[in-house]
Amino acid sequence: MQLNLKKNKASKQLLWIGIVSIVMFFGGLTSAYIVRKAEGGWLEFEMPVWFTISTIAIIVSSALLLFAAQNVKSGKSATTLLLGTLFLGILFSYSQIQGWGDLVAQGVYLTGEGSNASGSFIYAITLMHLLHLIGGLVALLITTVKSKQGNYSKDNYLGIQLASIYWHFLGILWLYLFLFFNYS
Amino acid sequence: MSEHHKETFLTKYIFSLDHKMIAKQFLITGMFMGVVGMLMSILFRLQLSNPGESFAVLEFFLGEKWAPGGVLDPNIYLALVTMHGTILIFWVLTAGLTGTFANFLIPLQIGARDMASAFMNMLSYWFFFAATIVLLCSLFVESGPAAAGWTIYPPLSALPQAIPGSGLGQDLWLIAITLFVVSSLLGGLNYIVTILNMRTKGMTMSRLPLTIWALLIVAILGVLSFPVLLSCALLLIFDRSFGTSFYLSDIIINGEALHNTGGSPILFEHLFWFLGHPEVYIILLPALGIVSEVISVNSRKPIFGYKAMVGALILIAFLSFVVWGHHMFITGMDPFLGSVFTFTTLLIAIPSAVKVFNYLATLWRANIRFTPAMLFAIGFVSTFITGGLTGIILGDSALDINVHDTYFVVGHFHIVMGLSAIYGMLAGVYHWFPKMYGRMMNKKLGYFHFWVTFISAYGVFFPMHFLGLAGLPRRYYTNSAFPMFDGLSDINEIITFFAIVGGLVQLLFIFNFFYSIFKGTKATENPWGSNTLEWTTPVERIHGNWPGEIPTVERWAYDYSKPGAEEDFVPQNVPLKEGETEH
Ligand code: HEM
Ligand SMILES: [Cu+2]
Repeated sequence: MQLNLKKNKASKQLLWIGIVSIVMFFGGLTSAYIVRKAEGGWLEFEMPVWFTISTIAIIVSSALLLFAAQNVKSGKSATTLLLGTLFLGILFSYSQIQGWGDLVAQGVYLTGEGSNASGSFIYAITLMHLLHLIGGLVALLITTVKSKQGNYSKDNYLGIQLASIYWHFLGILWLYLFLFFNYS
Repeated sequence: MSEHHKETFLTKYIFSLDHKMIAKQFLITGMFMGVVGMLMSILFRLQLSNPGESFAVLEFFLGEKWAPGGVLDPNIYLALVTMHGTILIFWVLTAGLTGTFANFLIPLQIGARDMASAFMNMLSYWFFFAATIVLLCSLFVESGPAAAGWTIYPPLSALPQAIPGSGLGQDLWLIAITLFVVSSLLGGLNYIVTILNMRTKGMTMSRLPLTIWALLIVAILGVLSFPVLLSCALLLIFDRSFGTSFYLSDIIINGEALHNTGGSPILFEHLFWFLGHPEVYIILLPALGIVSEVISVNSRKPIFGYKAMVGALILIAFLSFVVWGHHMFITGMDPFLGSVFTFTTLLIAIPSAVKVFNYLATLWRANIRFTPAMLFAIGFVSTFITGGLTGIILGDSALDINVHDTYFVVGHFHIVMGLSAIYGMLAGVYHWFPKMYGRMMNKKLGYFHFWVTFISAYGVFFPMHFLGLAGLPRRYYTNSAFPMFDGLSDINEIITFFAIVGGLVQLLFIFNFFYSIFKGTKATENPWGSNTLEWTTPVERIHGNWPGEIPTVERWAYDYSKPGAEEDFVPQNVPLKEGETEH
């Protein structure tokens, strides 16, 4: 038990430090955005509505996940709530792709003739966020299956905890990016 | 995990989970890359001292295509310089140095059976291995390896059609470095968590050996700065492969304008140097840690100013994030901003000087044992001072503008970073070899290796400062087209002579290393009379480090020549005597 606690703590720390390095990665990208924007020649455009839908989806998914974790802690099953989270995560991914479609329809391209760094940044940064999120979806999928198999209990739910930390982080990261794109 | 278990050849040497074996994998890969990188420098030095002359070695290594008639091709010159820098900075002195000593020393010195995640540790090596293979493959592509410098500035690196090395070679370079960063991150995460969580009973942070402090801070630096390199490389990959314009603008090739507008190569430099400068400390700090340990052990004295040493490490690490602009003084930077970067850069001199004074104070009136490890540690102090002084010149924007991109810079960074870190690494290998392989390295060869290395390394890099002051630019294939540089050719010949001598003597070291693994005299458990915990483990390597209980720690690591003790060292696991106070 003692050893287990130590191990749990170490796993969480690993995850947190990993998150710090992901923050630095996106910090690098968004500061590049700011520096490049300050140099002028910057195309302004509307953020796609689909990105607002993404935002709602990911906030609700985080809420569901919170309840799921609570359920496990009090010994109840979390499978349904986890499935809900997973579903919203997929909805998020779908809305991101739709959002890119919106951008293209507006004439904002990733690359080629007429493309501008302002648009390219949006594509590159959201794509990177989505790649990290796919990792989160895989983690959620695993926890959902394990929860279905009854692998978690009141005093053994590290997997759900880790997946939650990462998922909430992705949500907060998206929120930051969303506000950043809209207001910076 | 605590018991030693049966291992097959594959699990023992190849897919090993044992941190000690992984350390050796890093070391030997690093040494191999070191030979490759060094050989490249000798090849391009031949061209610099004897421009346009034919050499059989060039033709032997580079073939008819890249050295037609034995004369180095200009494009391949650039490629060799680029690969030389990349290999030495990342492969030898980042992965080779940290990978070896973090893996080897962290569990042993903090009293743990292995890393927090042995599996991640293994992955870290295998990502590094994959990166190595990709980088080496790039030496064999038709258009040659990457040639835009280790700093891969766009547009040279961003336009595949720019020069031969900008094509496939640059792609492979980027893939290799991405794998490399993944390896470093996996390693770094693991080191931090291991040090924070797995210390044995009694090993408080204030009793940690300075090696571990240095490795901890290096890991933190890596976790914070490598992701930024990745973001920098990501945008470059988009520009190269998908036609975006993050770094590119108004480019005309063969009279044809490219569509890219508005991109900024200066943006690249900001992102790159935000990693680039911490990277030089990622290289240097492990060496600082190793040298602290080796100097204290062989001076038979406690390290002078332990807390100041830790504080200086932390301060250096912190400052390293706010100085990147000193690489960009001539990019049209606002002079006020330039003076801010000058200020922060010069601040680093303070903690650096603290370290130097503490080393000197530890050596002062000590009963020094001049082992080969100790000589290299003292050599480190020497190069750290020499190179540090020219750093003050380069950190000052008004002075740097005159020597930027000349051989003055090449001389500076080779001495302060290249030589210092290599000396630290060699000191570490000589010092911990008995623990790694259970045998001793040959001392006489060690002395010979040190003195020839020390003299020829200064012989190579000291004169470069004069070349730089005379205006000789770096990264030039030849200087024979400029009459003003004609008088410098003698200096260039001397440099190449020393480079060859210095290179050859490393082969002697490698011979000593491998010979001693099999034929060296058998080591005892604690041959140097050292206090740290690794010397309480048995000579025979076992998975789990200690056969019985892990020792508990009762004191700091530096009780050398303590008044009242019977011997001139008291290992960390020896309880305090009645009435004895902790240092
Ligand atoms: C055998 C010893 C070495 C010799 C003779 C040597 C020589 C040189 C020379 C002459 C250059 C400049 C070429 C040019 O600018 O045209 C150079 C570049 C460089 N060297 Fe070394 N070097 C040696 C060891 C090292 C070490 C130990 C390091 C590790 C830090 C290192 C890192 C670099 C880097 C980063 C560059 C810059 C590459 C670039 O411009 O992209 N070298 N070396
Ligand atoms: Cu710097």
